[in-house]
Amino acid sequence: MSMEHAKEYSYQELMVAAASRELKDQEVVFVGIGIPQLGALLAQRTHAPNLTLIYESGVVGTQPARLPLSIGDPTLVSGTYGIFNFYETFSLLLQRGFIDVGFIGGAQVDKFGNINSTVIGDYDKPKVRLPGSGGGCEITGLSKRIIIVTPHEKRRMVGKVDFITSPGFLDGPGARERFQLGGGPSAVITTMGVLRFDDRTKEMYLSSYHPGLSVDQVKQNTGWDLKISPSVKTTEPPTVKEVEILRKDLDPQGIFLRRGVT
Amino acid sequence: MTATEAVQKFVRDGQLLCFGGFTHAIPFSIGHEIIRQRKQHLTVCKETPDLIVDQLLAAGCIDKLMFSWAGNPGVGSLHAFRRAVEQQIPHPIKIEEYTHFITGARYMAGASGVPFMPVTTSVLASDLARHSDVFKTIDCPFTGKKICLVKAINPDVALIHAQRADRYGNTQMWGIVGSNREIAMASRDVIVSVEEIVDSEIVRRDPNRTLVPGFRVKAVVEDPWGAHPSYSQGHYDRDNQYYMDYENTTRTREGHEKFLEEWIFGVTNRKEYMKRLGAERMLSLKTKSYCSIPVDYGYFG
Repeated sequence: MSMEHAKEYSYQELMVAAASRELKDQEVVFVGIGIPQLGALLAQRTHAPNLTLIYESGVVGTQPARLPLSIGDPTLVSGTYGIFNFYETFSLLLQRGFIDVGFIGGAQVDKFGNINSTVIGDYDKPKVRLPGSGGGCEITGLSKRIIIVTPHEKRRMVGKVDFITSPGFLDGPGARERFQLGGGPSAVITTMGVLRFDDRTKEMYLSSYHPGLSVDQVKQNTGWDLKISPSVKTTEPPTVKEVEILRKDLDPQGIFLRRGVT
Repeated sequence: MTATEAVQKFVRDGQLLCFGGFTHAIPFSIGHEIIRQRKQHLTVCKETPDLIVDQLLAAGCIDKLMFSWAGNPGVGSLHAFRRAVEQQIPHPIKIEEYTHFITGARYMAGASGVPFMPVTTSVLASDLARHSDVFKTIDCPFTGKKICLVKAINPDVALIHAQRADRYGNTQMWGIVGSNREIAMASRDVIVSVEEIVDSEIVRRDPNRTLVPGFRVKAVVEDPWGAHPSYSQGHYDRDNQYYMDYENTTRTREGHEKFLEEWIFGVTNRKEYMKRLGAERMLSLKTKSYCSIPVDYGYFG
């Protein structure tokens, strides 16, 4: 495979490629729609052919023939290895501890990797009512590792979320353990960079910023005083091959690649 | 029985209704009938309310909604849901929300005839647990560790759409089955709509595919395309354009009312609804065949 970097690519394509590189072959991944799904499908077609993709609709081991538009798209069913019912999906797979990676989006993410997808403003008098947890809360609570995809804006990347829908490191070291949770977030892929978590403080830091941006720009668009890795670098661009797979094979109509990251 | 008769006979104002389906096989034709009959003060439970519950909200049928993810799947917001919660339009509603797992566990408890289901404490790390009284924490009598208990749900009526059933209500389904079996076993009454009513022999030749046994089913309605704009695996695809159009046309209350008028009040049953949708659109949603290979159960006669 050509590892040559693409000269021309969109920020969505960069994010998908970065997302895909977080996954290892043989892993069991619980995926959400949009960039997470594209990242997992790209990994499946490149370095991780034995990735098991699980959707919260209960589809296990799917290799969809066309791009699924929702987590319950019929293309996920035809040709998949198995289908679980709703309760089984969450109890036998997630609660039992068989999910290596939970891979989801978030409307608002804070410095400890907590996700809010419930409400902006007060819960009882919401400014904006968002869809809610869905599978999110248990996906981040019970997967061994969590990868989050989110737009990078000051109002979205905040010091503290308005509402914890899906737990990250909560209020810092030792907090997940209070709720008998292992794991935790391992990477946040945004429209501006890739962020990771300090082992000791559990706080998010900038690991790489996307080509064309600067560390200062990332800091200016972050809602807290973002720490920067001493070895911060630019994010590796997608390869020619990855861009080709995305445009020709996975999302030829640009359904997610041309849509803003939400 | 027709959908009109089934709803007249088994759905009453003020009941707790549970909608089946999960992106797949959402009982739209029965839901539309509930709206047409202008049922009131309903409590509706659906993990993903989807467009059908949004339409019930727009029509003012619902007083309380229990859910875990209220969006337009793969598209955006449910606008009637947001208007109800953000602006109390058309009237204030109570909401009670969980995570998908908790909704599933509550159904499973109801279906199993026990008052609660134990689940891991992960949900307590979320702020959700502070806004609902369906969670209790105890020390596990076996391990001594904390464990969370969630309360059973036992609906008045479960509404389910499936590919096929026989006339006794033995209901078979394939593809994504969601919580259909659990809500059917948890509810007092069950209404099933199907793409096709088939001979009992067809059901009995493949018993592993049965989701709900006939003795649990009060009404079987044959309503082909009864799940549109959601889909029926092997029959027709999800009408994604419809979901996207809905996102735009229902952004305003006026737009939503026009939508209800056109697609629900303006027709009397699913047949008329499909006529309005048109042959060309239906044809574009038909799926190519991809059949399973029959299995041999063995014959012992």
